[in-house]
Amino acid sequence: MSVLAVNGLSKAFGGVRAVSGVSFAVDAGELLAMIGPNGAGKSTCFNMINGQLAPDSGSIELEGKSLVGKAPREICRSGVGRTFQVTATFGSMTVRENVQLALLSHARAQGSLFSSMEESFLDEAHKLLQQVGMREQADRQCALLAYGDLKRVELAVALASRPRLLLMDEPTAGMAPAERGALMQLAAGLARGEKIAVLFTEHDMDVVFGHADRVIVLADGELIAEGSPTEVRANAQVRSVYLGGEYGDA
Amino acid sequence: MLELRRVNAGYGRARILFDLDLELRRGEVAALLGRNGAGKTTALKAAIGLLSSFSGKIIFNNRELNNLQPYQIARLGLAYVPEDRRIFTDLTVMENLEVGRQPRRAGAPHWTPQKLCELFPNLGRMRDRRGGSMSGGEQQMLTIARALMGNPVAILLDEPFEGLAPLIVDRIAKTIRELKREGLSVLLSEQNLRFARLVADRACIIEKGRLCYAGTMAALDADPALRERYLSV
Amino acid sequence: MSYSSILIQFLNGLASASSLFLVAAGLSLIFGVTRIVNFAHGSLYMLGMYLAVWLAERVGFWAAVPLAAAIVALFGSVVEISLLRRIYKAPELLQLLATFALLLVIKDAALWIWGPEDLLGPRAPGFTGAVGIAGGAFPQYELLLIVLGPVVFVFLQLILSKTRWGILVRAATQDREMASALGVNQRWLFTGVFVLGALLAGLGGALQVPREPANLMVDLTVISDAFVVVVVGGLGSIPGAFLAALLIAEIKAFCIGLGFSEATLVMEFMVMAAVLVLRPWGLLGRMPAEARGAGTAQQPLARPSPRLLRMLVALVAALALVPLASGGYTLVLLTDVLIFALFAVSLHFIMGPAGLYSFGHAAYFGLGAYAAGILFLQGKMPMELALALAPLAAGFGALVFGWFCVRLSGVYSAMLTLAFAQIVWSAAFQWDALTGGSNGIVGIWPAPWLASKTAYYFLTLLFCALGISFLWKAIYSPFGYALRAGRDSPLRADAIGIDVRAAQWAAFAIAGLAAGISGALYAFSKGSISPEAMGIQRSVDGLVMVMLGGIQTLTGPVWGAALYTWLQDAAARNIDYWRALVGIVILALVLAVPQGLGTLVQGRK
Repeated sequence: MSVLAVNGLSKAFGGVRAVSGVSFAVDAGELLAMIGPNGAGKSTCFNMINGQLAPDSGSIELEGKSLVGKAPREICRSGVGRTFQVTATFGSMTVRENVQLALLSHARAQGSLFSSMEESFLDEAHKLLQQVGMREQADRQCALLAYGDLKRVELAVALASRPRLLLMDEPTAGMAPAERGALMQLAAGLARGEKIAVLFTEHDMDVVFGHADRVIVLADGELIAEGSPTEVRANAQVRSVYLGGEYGDA
Repeated sequence: MLELRRVNAGYGRARILFDLDLELRRGEVAALLGRNGAGKTTALKAAIGLLSSFSGKIIFNNRELNNLQPYQIARLGLAYVPEDRRIFTDLTVMENLEVGRQPRRAGAPHWTPQKLCELFPNLGRMRDRRGGSMSGGEQQMLTIARALMGNPVAILLDEPFEGLAPLIVDRIAKTIRELKREGLSVLLSEQNLRFARLVADRACIIEKGRLCYAGTMAALDADPALRERYLSV
Repeated sequence: MSYSSILIQFLNGLASASSLFLVAAGLSLIFGVTRIVNFAHGSLYMLGMYLAVWLAERVGFWAAVPLAAAIVALFGSVVEISLLRRIYKAPELLQLLATFALLLVIKDAALWIWGPEDLLGPRAPGFTGAVGIAGGAFPQYELLLIVLGPVVFVFLQLILSKTRWGILVRAATQDREMASALGVNQRWLFTGVFVLGALLAGLGGALQVPREPANLMVDLTVISDAFVVVVVGGLGSIPGAFLAALLIAEIKAFCIGLGFSEATLVMEFMVMAAVLVLRPWGLLGRMPAEARGAGTAQQPLARPSPRLLRMLVALVAALALVPLASGGYTLVLLTDVLIFALFAVSLHFIMGPAGLYSFGHAAYFGLGAYAAGILFLQGKMPMELALALAPLAAGFGALVFGWFCVRLSGVYSAMLTLAFAQIVWSAAFQWDALTGGSNGIVGIWPAPWLASKTAYYFLTLLFCALGISFLWKAIYSPFGYALRAGRDSPLRADAIGIDVRAAQWAAFAIAGLAAGISGALYAFSKGSISPEAMGIQRSVDGLVMVMLGGIQTLTGPVWGAALYTWLQDAAARNIDYWRALVGIVILALVLAVPQGLGTLVQGRK
């Protein structure tokens, strides 16, 4: 069974169809890239899966359980981790505290008034930071980190809730080109090692074709192609609606 | 006319532009090509001053723009049409035009609501409609018309063909060619080479926030390897 | 109730709605364009009143009204150009604080110029009579006001829709950035809007003169009413302000007319609550655009070092030894310091870690104090029990008000805290039977075994030390981190499963409870309690203490409270215009360090 199964997903804004009848699935340990021109419906799709938007119709299931109608908070609780296009971390806290808080929240102990934060899930936090290569910077304040490192912290925070699905919205946006491959390699390694399904959007085609197992392409709210990077690359329709215009056949 | 020299810019600490060089020459239509997320919008916003650049120089008509406010840059004759159009939805068509109005400028065509309604007959028919109740194509025309009310010498268009029906695309393309005839310099960003080819004399391709090609549209057309490398999937 | 008296009440409501609308419309306009909530807007109204009374004696009433409004408008332009213009890019909290400081300065300036006594204004020549309506008599002047409200409304709508200036104002209200990219210079637009807002407030005040004497309390009454109107009508919407002014004024008129003046506040509160539940952004309001990131929010709150902890323990021990060395006066002052330290720490708890602005924290202090007095005297409870139960009343109040406050963002929430505090204050002021009205409650004395200054000092030290250490410990508990998470990045907090609103609500209640403890201790230490103890001034005191100490420090509020309480004790008795002094100091600090006082105290941690 797929980890994430999306079926017939549709959404319209004031009569304009943003997403219509999109279906796809992501398996455990698989990296699926969602690409397409601006306004193709990628963000709308993403926001329906993460709970910020309610779909007009269609189903979204995580390991057989529906996510439709749940708040982002509950969706996290059901096993979905996220990274944001512009990193969202707790700037006033240290790297370690960011991860500790996510672990506490996963254990539903984030409301405790009487325990001490210092000792909570210390080993687990260090293990996660080790995995993303941020163990040495555990004591640094998040607001002072380099952007690339912030992305790694975000990854560790997302992994702290032991997700079965990881949603990454433009994971390499805002990063220097040289750092991008490294971050994706890290994410891919973790996903495959922990059997996490990964769905990501991305504009950098080197990232998409270098790291995705499969690619889906949206245009005008519809799914127009799906397949391996090589297949999608060769697809005439993709070439016509996405970059490069009608050049392949001109 | 407009030149970006080794500009670094971004949002917060996320960097989008890396030492970007870019040039718009007098009287030309230049297309800024590149994929989604390559930095096209960021480059235009940095030029109009909506985003302050971390480093580098931005020069317009021999004046440095770096420390100027957007309104000062606009008053120098550089107009901006944003990607999401940003029509004042509560204002009528005529009121939207009024917001853009600036005094007549020497060496630039002078625009009046009448003249703009001739350029965009649709607008003339809906002078008192509220911006929020217009279609995407109509909004796009309005936002261009609104920018022209400032009597600019150069205009930046961020993905002007985005999400428009083919008929409207042709309409807008025709408008851009007319603007060029009137003597305006036009820099437009575009993802789709097909649309760029409708209007542009020259192409600049940016990828990951850097300029990676600048040359005539014809040269780009004649070089499939180049297109394959930067523009094809 | 007869048909005619219903009609008369209805007309009374309409007349009050007019002046309410004038103030609220200006507040709304100014906020729409500049994104600054002008806490001093009620002060402009008050200035209008005083100026009209003063001028009427010299040039006659009808010349005094426009003249007063014009002078207030001129004053507004000075304020905008010399003060606000420098802080448009400052953090929101600082902007609020600056206009708040302005309120203090204007209040004392009025006190200095016109004295503490209410000034009775003239009646309006030509409109002194009454008109027979449905068998009753209705003052002509009220009818004039009824007409004036809609006239000003139409006039405003015309300016906004027909003039280039109005079009630019509406464009900037919707999208400042785009307007600026089209060559609109916001500077003069902002000044213009502020002047117009000030003019309306001044006019509203001047026109009120025949109905009400000019007095020094009107600034706060008016601003909190205007906040309610603006919150109910929708921030930034002129028609919304008009509608809400009518609604609120009618409710008041009917409650007073039916003889339930005590119910006015309750009704007002219920209406506001209902509107906010059904339409969180007001009747005709829209969801505000994303709040700008506050400049100081991302600063870390360092864990106290072992050395600091040892020092704090030593401090408590030293405080426990004070009664050995000195007596009476020192102990009373130290008792005050301790009480206000707890108060300031409780305010800091929601402002620092949770990032919620409270401009009405005194409400919970007052609820605790009044509950202590009422339980003790009217409930005939033993002092110990009253002291233990009173904070619960404050906690409950915070639970109710907090539910609304955490649902709104930054400035909206700040306005609401002030409006709630004003409601609690007015309740205490008006509800004679329960609270003793303006005289307050006297005879709240501690039990015999605590009656000595020394014994009460020990009690206070115990409670405050425990309360403060609990709050500080909570800041470093997972709960405290969850609060900071919600402040730093609500998006991320949500994505890791934290219910930000629930956490903030709980924080509000905890802070209210702690403020309630300090209030109850205060009541028994003074032996009496009056509305003054929970007035807006007390809320400002709390804010100043927190800001003095540094909002992003842990122990800062304690030092701030100590310094401020001592200064107030030493200076307030010698300096007549202590409030203005505080206001001027705040303004000077804000102007000198517009990016936040936090940057000043950073080195001190």
